[in-house]
Amino acid sequence: MLTCKEFLQELSDYLDETIDAELRKKLESHITECPNCWVICDTSKKTIQVYKGMEPQNVPKDVQDRLMLALQKKMAAKCGKVKA
Amino acid sequence: MADFVMETGEGGNVFDDTALVNLARGGDANAFGHLVSRYERKIYRLARHITDSESDAEDVLQETFLKAYEHLDGFQGNSKFYTWLVRIAVNESLMKLRKRRSDRTVSLDEPSDNGEEPMMREVAVWEGSPEEQYSNEELRGILEKAIQGLKPAFRTVFVLRDVEELSTEETATALDLSIPAVKSRLLRARLELRERLTRIFKQKGEDVLAYL
Ligand SMILES: [Zn+2]
Repeated sequence: MLTCKEFLQELSDYLDETIDAELRKKLESHITECPNCWVICDTSKKTIQVYKGMEPQNVPKDVQDRLMLALQKKMAAKCGKVKA
Repeated sequence: MADFVMETGEGGNVFDDTALVNLARGGDANAFGHLVSRYERKIYRLARHITDSESDAEDVLQETFLKAYEHLDGFQGNSKFYTWLVRIAVNESLMKLRKRRSDRTVSLDEPSDNGEEPMMREVAVWEGSPEEQYSNEELRGILEKAIQGLKPAFRTVFVLRDVEELSTEETATALDLSIPAVKSRLLRARLELRERLTRIFKQKGEDVLAYL
């Protein structure tokens, strides 16, 4: 059986499903026998899920206005150069 | 990751990023405007996560889109527009961080405690799902505070991989890191965040032994 340390080293790849079938089997057999690693695996998975579920908020209106103004200035300058 | 498509209002045409970039290159200001409204929220969030400052994030947001506009001709169609934007935003954000702090804590290259075992003190299951236990706003606050507790070298990797959902390869390119470096930092960041969140989300008065 893998040690807990070995298990943890592979945890990211295990959660991202980027490991081969053989290693996956070893990892899965570790967590069926090691409750600590099972909990760490489960809560790590939930940690990633909760961050992935976070929607980006709207950019505050004043920040957005200033961005648009800066872009318009830039575009006007660029157009000016091309057409002049 | 599928880019979401946007109605342009012109006969119901739907343009993907590449089409919009081509139109913008040809001088179509609206096309670039569509790209801005498609990605401004993500770029602003990324900048806030890395700089941990609203005013720096605003500067980064502006600089990113101004630079993207200026260098549109240099954009190679072989990478995704969004990944290209992220690279600009990450560079701008790191410059802000470095400017703000004179010490070396901002170095993305060598975290001082690299190789140390991440602490695993909280081994406990969570109380239901956080999405059900907290309001959106509370949850957002908890998640952002947890990220800000990570060192820049770790939080930058985590934010690109698990918040912005870039691939390992895209993250490595954006940060100029090797793939093994991205992987080891991601693991470390995930375990640290797991630790922090478990302190908040664990079932009260219970630990794993209760489940045996
Ligand atoms: Zn174990």
